[in-house]
Amino acid sequence: MTWGLFTTWILPGLWVTVQVTVFSAALAFTVALAIGTLRTSRWWIVRFLSGAYFEIFRGTSALVMLFWFAFAFPLIFGYELVPMWAGVLALGLTYGAYGSEIVRGALAAVPVAQREAGIALSFTPMQRLRRVEFPQAWPEMVAPLNALTIELMKGTALVSVISVSDLAFAGNVIRLSTGDNAPVYTLLLVMYFLLAFVITRGMRVVERQAKKGVGQEPERVPLFRKRGAGSPGAAGDTRAMGGVNA
Amino acid sequence: MNWDWGVVADFMPYFWSGLLTTLQALAWGTLIAFSLGLVWAIAVRGPAFVRWPVLGFTEFIRNTPLLVQLFFLFFVLPEWGPTVPVMVAGAVGLGLHYSTYTMEVYRAGIEAVPVGQWEAAHALSMSPRRTWQSVILPQAFRRSVPALGNYVIAMLKETPLIATIGLMEMLGEARAFGTETFRFMEPYTVVGIAFVLVAYPASLLIRALERRLVTH
Repeated sequence: MTWGLFTTWILPGLWVTVQVTVFSAALAFTVALAIGTLRTSRWWIVRFLSGAYFEIFRGTSALVMLFWFAFAFPLIFGYELVPMWAGVLALGLTYGAYGSEIVRGALAAVPVAQREAGIALSFTPMQRLRRVEFPQAWPEMVAPLNALTIELMKGTALVSVISVSDLAFAGNVIRLSTGDNAPVYTLLLVMYFLLAFVITRGMRVVERQAKKGVGQEPERVPLFRKRGAGSPGAAGDTRAMGGVNA
Repeated sequence: MNWDWGVVADFMPYFWSGLLTTLQALAWGTLIAFSLGLVWAIAVRGPAFVRWPVLGFTEFIRNTPLLVQLFFLFFVLPEWGPTVPVMVAGAVGLGLHYSTYTMEVYRAGIEAVPVGQWEAAHALSMSPRRTWQSVILPQAFRRSVPALGNYVIAMLKETPLIATIGLMEMLGEARAFGTETFRFMEPYTVVGIAFVLVAYPASLLIRALERRLVTH
């Protein structure tokens, strides 16, 4: 692999991967907040619809969703998505469904007395959510959302199969043109690992801020042992724990 | 373009063969993930020179995309040794990736076994092997089962990734059918629904299993 290949494929590919990660994380976060909140609604129809969304998007494979948005969506709606946005849409909607379970769980863990106090002070439901429940649920969400964001970042490699020129795509191009399989894929794995590391460090800062916001002492965690030290729920488990166990 | 049930009917034979391949890959992947995960979980309780390499390796595997790992197994390994069949590369990739998740499940299960159990085994002068086999693992497994089941479902949803290195599982069949007939909507939709139809009952089953095991 030459320096030229590195600067023409790998670096732009890294940038595309970062972009897809950021955009789909933003979408996923929005979806997670919306669906997670709606799933705690008082009306059964709202709970049913948001629950159906959750089950459908959690039940199917992200890669199948991706293919569906890239190839079946244009045929049905007569409107073709740019591959990158098809990828962002598929990833954001799928991981948003996983995230909604985290949001729902964290909201459910806020003590009932807090909601009752909000009602007693005649807050509107929206004020109650925004000023009372969410700020307390937020610190609980950060750690599992971190694990989910890393899952999402790993998931962005999938967009390469609908020919978005991300890191994995760049790796395949270089493999086909030079045959340097081992160095290319090793480099790719290392770069993805570094991305995950950066995300974890970033989320650690967010978590510390969030805990400070509700007056909790942030715990000091050693540099490695990032996720999953000890309890199963904190681990890379989130996908399944948040996913299947209601 | 309109939905055509005729196309769905044409696709079905390919779909069934794809479903079979998916389940095969899933079965092998699960076997590898469950056994290798246990090896990791026991290894990290060992001496430091075993513990740290294992922790580093599993952390690396867990934080990098399965897709790239599959490419690595399929394109790089043959440079060092014999060619790997797609199914083997796929199952090993899937199993290895998820073994780093099941490892955490086992680890939590093992840590949840009360210290008294270790001490009792020690007091009865059981060998380490016997302690693991007849005291610790039976208790740890029971706590691990529901979470392990969740990973089987997660793996099911990752099997389509093996299509990218050429395995003809459900998604691979749908893609091949689409490029042959130029009908993409029906096969992809059928496959998407099939995943929900398999995954949802499976998740209900696990929830039931969990309730059963927790009450005991």
